[in-house]
Amino acid sequence: MREKIIIGLAIFAAGLLAWNMNTIFTQLPDELNQGAIYRIIYFHVPANILGMSGFGLGMLLSIGYLVTKDLRYDALAASVTEVSLVFASIGLATGSIWARIIWGVWWAWDYRLTSWLVCWLIFGGYLMLRRAVDEPIQRARFAAVVSVLGTVNAYISYKSIEWWNTQHPQPVLSIRNGGGMAPGMEAPIWWNLLALACFSAILVMVRMRQEAFAREIDTLRRMAHAQ
Amino acid sequence: MFLRQVWTVAAKDLHSELRTKEAWNASIAFSVVILLLFAFAFDPSSEQIREFGSGLLWMTYAFAGALVLNRSFARELQNDCLDALIASPVSSAALFVGKALANFTMLFAVELFSLPVFGLFYNTWPPRFAPLFLVMVLGTWALTIIGTLFSALTVNLRLRELMLPTLVYPMMIPVLIAAMTITTNVLAGNPMGFGMRFLVAFDIIFTLLAVVFVDTVLVG
Repeated sequence: MREKIIIGLAIFAAGLLAWNMNTIFTQLPDELNQGAIYRIIYFHVPANILGMSGFGLGMLLSIGYLVTKDLRYDALAASVTEVSLVFASIGLATGSIWARIIWGVWWAWDYRLTSWLVCWLIFGGYLMLRRAVDEPIQRARFAAVVSVLGTVNAYISYKSIEWWNTQHPQPVLSIRNGGGMAPGMEAPIWWNLLALACFSAILVMVRMRQEAFAREIDTLRRMAHAQ
Repeated sequence: MFLRQVWTVAAKDLHSELRTKEAWNASIAFSVVILLLFAFAFDPSSEQIREFGSGLLWMTYAFAGALVLNRSFARELQNDCLDALIASPVSSAALFVGKALANFTMLFAVELFSLPVFGLFYNTWPPRFAPLFLVMVLGTWALTIIGTLFSALTVNLRLRELMLPTLVYPMMIPVLIAAMTITTNVLAGNPMGFGMRFLVAFDIIFTLLAVVFVDTVLVG
């Protein structure tokens, strides 16, 4: 059943993505001030939304694990966080490319950029920690604690950097100021969000299956050692 | 009862540190080396030192602190002392707060030592010491509480020495930003600003979170 869902979702996501690409690259005109590079927004914004909501979901699942002690929550939290980290990396990379063209620098110490980087580092640490612990229950416990503290801390970092680093460049995108984009230009962002969300769901499901296999192998290994 | 247990654990840690001076010596030497190295990174005689001096000071504290915090639970590994402590009738929360208090005292002592070294090397002294000590107490408590919890979390890992800094430094960023900003104000003789309220709030939130989670980390 899961195989069929994965394949179905994959076909849907691929079709939607192809259609979006067509709209973005052939139908839409260049933006007045930014030229062709503005198209990066169609990947930058959805990737960051997915990354952010994924980290939040990962925290909820971690709390779920701490409450129920059910290892499936832990596996799901790990998969979601891992996929979110990939999207966060895409968000950082696309943002950096855009900044190079528009701001003239690869990186600016804007509070959004800085706090997103802090967040990326925290969850990078989360995944490294998972690799460093061999015992599954201990790994789940430690990872859940780091996920909860990390999410709280990421939010505090975001606010604190916003409060203190005010001398840095303000956001340039009109969508962030509530100005909005031309209607035809904004819609593909949401369509792409849907396509990438399907794509991330596929990745999470594949990763979950891998996690289940890993658990099974671990059990078999223990049984083999016990005999 | 709780306070007596906390005090017993803290006193035990401080006693054993006073006898061996392992973390203390390493931490002091390390902080002097960092302060020396920064002199090559910036021009130590320039006027700008007033602006980035506070950053330098807190980076020194954060780096030197990692040495103290790394030893905190690791010193209990020999002879399975950690298992004995967990099995003893002391609650995890009391054990944690006791350890945090001991770490705080050690780190604060290192800071008190490196502050005049910083003043001498960079010729920067605060106009008044009381506000600076207040920031140091609040900031150090925040660093200690995060560091002690992660020290407990990483103590049994294969890659303990690598994992602790990787996890702890990103977590310390909000505290360091606040502490650096206030210290810059204090060094310039300005009012401390609202960062103090932030530090107090951070201390309370993370002390509570750490006390809630320490049982999960140590016992499960």
